[in-house]
Amino acid sequence: MTKQVQQLDRVIIRFAGDSGDGMQLTGDRFTSGTAEFGNDLSTLPNFPAEIRAPAGTLPGVSSFQLHFADHDILTPGDAPNVLVAMNPAALKANLGDLPRGADIIANTDEFTKRNLQKVGYAVSPLEDDSLSEWRVHPVPLTSLTVRALEGFDLSKKDAERSKNMFALGLLSWLYHRPTETTIKFLENKFAKRPDIAKANIAAFQAGWNYGETTESFSVSYEVKPAKLPPGVYRNISGNQALAFGLIAASVQSRLPLFLGSYPITPASDILHELSKHKRFGIRTFQAEDEIAGVGAALGAAFGGALGVTTTSGPGVALKAETVGLAVTTELPLIVVDVQRAGPSTGMPTKTEQTDLLMAMYGRNGESPLPIVAPSTPSDCFDAAVEAARLAVKYRTPVMLLSDGYLANGSEPWKVPSAAELPDISTEFATAPNGEDGSTFLPFKRDTETLARPWAIPGTAGLEHRIGGIEKADGTGNISYDPGNHDKMVRLRQAKIDGIAQDIPPLEVDDPDGDARVLVIGWGSTYGPIAAAVRRIRKSGGKVAQAHLRHLNPLPANTGEVLRAYDKVLLPEINLGQLALLLRARFLVDIISYNRVRGLPFKAEELAGVIQDVIDSE
Amino acid sequence: MSEIQNGRGLSLVPKSDVKLGMKDFKSDQEVRWCPGCGDYAILAAVQSFVPELGLKRENMVFVSGIGCSSRFPYYMNTYGFHSIHGRAPAIATGLASSRPDLSVWVITGDGDALSIGGNHLIHALRRNVNLNILLFNNRIYGLTKGQYSPTSEVGKITKSTPMGSLDKPFNPISLAIGAEASFVARTIDSDRKHLQSVLREAAEHRGTSLVEIYQNCNIFNDGAFDQLKDPEQRDDITLRLEHGQPIVSATKAVRRSADGGIEVVSRAEIAESEILVHDAHRPDPSLAFALSRLDEPAFEHVPIGVFRSVDRPSYDELMSAQLEEAAAQRGPGDLDDLLLAGDTWRIG
Repeated sequence: MTKQVQQLDRVIIRFAGDSGDGMQLTGDRFTSGTAEFGNDLSTLPNFPAEIRAPAGTLPGVSSFQLHFADHDILTPGDAPNVLVAMNPAALKANLGDLPRGADIIANTDEFTKRNLQKVGYAVSPLEDDSLSEWRVHPVPLTSLTVRALEGFDLSKKDAERSKNMFALGLLSWLYHRPTETTIKFLENKFAKRPDIAKANIAAFQAGWNYGETTESFSVSYEVKPAKLPPGVYRNISGNQALAFGLIAASVQSRLPLFLGSYPITPASDILHELSKHKRFGIRTFQAEDEIAGVGAALGAAFGGALGVTTTSGPGVALKAETVGLAVTTELPLIVVDVQRAGPSTGMPTKTEQTDLLMAMYGRNGESPLPIVAPSTPSDCFDAAVEAARLAVKYRTPVMLLSDGYLANGSEPWKVPSAAELPDISTEFATAPNGEDGSTFLPFKRDTETLARPWAIPGTAGLEHRIGGIEKADGTGNISYDPGNHDKMVRLRQAKIDGIAQDIPPLEVDDPDGDARVLVIGWGSTYGPIAAAVRRIRKSGGKVAQAHLRHLNPLPANTGEVLRAYDKVLLPEINLGQLALLLRARFLVDIISYNRVRGLPFKAEELAGVIQDVIDSE
Repeated sequence: MSEIQNGRGLSLVPKSDVKLGMKDFKSDQEVRWCPGCGDYAILAAVQSFVPELGLKRENMVFVSGIGCSSRFPYYMNTYGFHSIHGRAPAIATGLASSRPDLSVWVITGDGDALSIGGNHLIHALRRNVNLNILLFNNRIYGLTKGQYSPTSEVGKITKSTPMGSLDKPFNPISLAIGAEASFVARTIDSDRKHLQSVLREAAEHRGTSLVEIYQNCNIFNDGAFDQLKDPEQRDDITLRLEHGQPIVSATKAVRRSADGGIEVVSRAEIAESEILVHDAHRPDPSLAFALSRLDEPAFEHVPIGVFRSVDRPSYDELMSAQLEEAAAQRGPGDLDDLLLAGDTWRIG
């Protein structure tokens, strides 16, 4: 039987199953095959915080969504074209996101009476006509897998565990994905258990063959490679890109990296990644708590290291006092906040942009610091280098605001060569800087940057004491003088404000130059906003887009940009934190659009909001 | 008797080319403790003792938290970091584990180290970070003007406990031994000779040295350690701990008790051979722990000296060894190799 091959320009697939079903791994492997094939892609893992939530229940559903296309894309996609549902819970939890006409591949083996009851289905939806609006492909994934592995010396339970590879094989056939990388991956992953490797490969190939031979799939699909700028590419998640960015910052600053960190979702992967690269001279320190993590990083910075601490919102709250100490002692420090849904423990695996005001103001006293926010998973690399550049050059803690969506999402990344990266090195103080030629003034500032000298222990003649008590301008000695305090408060502020001259101006994307509405955003909303803007323009609408990477200080032309439009729309995954800052600073009547659902915006949703603002003109 | 194994404490710290004296270690800052405070004696003892270590002054760092004692770094003409409440061990951990060439000293008090910073203290001890922690124990909060501290005796009447404190105090020595400390000692502000001898041993120990220093706060808890200073009683009360020597005071001696523990008895009543000989290098910490309990409950006999000094690798040594091992196995890091590792593909 010759099967029909249909060309598509883009596809969104969602793998969904129990948190023990291996859906994240399945998604990862499909992503690798897709990346290797040359499509542009974007991913959205979505999993519960519980390691193993009760099997078969709605809270236990874990999913992985992948959007791939023959052109450049900006988001993991709004609505899946295909849902792979490994059990009734996965179907029920995801059906609401599925547009009519989408394909559902359901593992019929798991649609047992008990599993149906667990999620409140009285009758199997595969057997009544409740799914008539979708194209349902019932596949007994589990039993097919078990049958495919009959020749292996495996228990039934172990054989069943390979069902995710069967599903991956089937989907790989359906979308013409290359198979070699997955086979190689399985061989490596189970190098110590060759029998398990062989079983998984057999399940994967059985899935492929099933698609090829069965009649339930009459069509397969092809999505041609995307035309991306020439270069070497790899797929990368936000957390991995951020870790690589920190390593690059260490190399490019010629400072040894010291990471002080305490495990916390969704930031722990940065600690894991950095701890693998000790040959770069990286010291990773898993501290006893969040406070010790940042404290050790600051102590290492005093000794001349590139001090970094990585955490999520609750950890930032705990670190606040130490970050304030870094502000007043004017030492370089990078504080990475992979934001998650709050307040308090909130929803650890879900994304949010709710820490902006904490980053700005969450310390006692006037304690300004620069804030940098990456816009896409791969941009976490450049943002980390930029955060380090500012920290080192201005001797200041810098807050790097990633989030759960960027951290776990992935996309192809055009790998830069080390030679293209900026030199962000600095000089330690080596000689007295007092006018008498013999005294050292630890708080005598560079006239241009207002940065103080970084004199590290081991440097003769520059012995000095720093601390949290207010310091006299110049000498750094303890001072309670009212005038001195006022001066130091203003100097610390002026130093941070002055960074506005050292960052690129805010760029506006307005192809025709005649839009009257500006949509502005920051951080991880870049993809959905840009995708929404494309939709508006495709349908003839006019809208300008700008995206802030530096939240403090803001680019020098920010006010000018905001005032150049009749209306400014600002979507945020919070209740309007950047809007509050922009309104206060520039007296511009920002229109806020806010959803705080623990999920990224959808392009369609934002397109509707932008259209409404345009229509209300 | 176990042998001393750890004399390498200062081997990685560069030696001074010139002979330094006490005045080289005095900063130009005016010392601002209350007149009569025990901190003056400790500062003078430290300033006059450190030159004999022969280290480069610029390779010494004093790190402190918050409290009266934590002003100490300002008065030392070395590198210094006066940090925030309780966090000095954490900050010093980052510094000492990334800079094995430094002699790092943490100056802390009973509130700073045992209350707000208790977590950092125990973890520094178990990791054996290369630090000398001087814990000034005055059994009171001084800087906040007289509340009870985690070493105050039960029933302490203070501003915050008008009917007496309810909390069982910590014994810093017991706590440190329980936290896997490799070097634990106790000394007293008024005995400069003893103080300096303990500091010398602490400095030469690689790893964390915890030195509890009984320090008098003459404003809020005056006379807390008077028994140990009173010429009439001090020689009877003080049990000197010296490695290889019998544990005795002028009139008392320590021996194994019938129930398997140790006890203090009149020296006159027992034979010399029955007296417990101090073994500071004993790997098993239980005897050192038992010694640390002898001052309970009434301060009738107080061991002074080095309770425990055992050798195990310090945290910076272990960390550096891993970096060297990683570089030896796979070569030094190369950024381009890192970024291109794994699955990549070329376009164009």
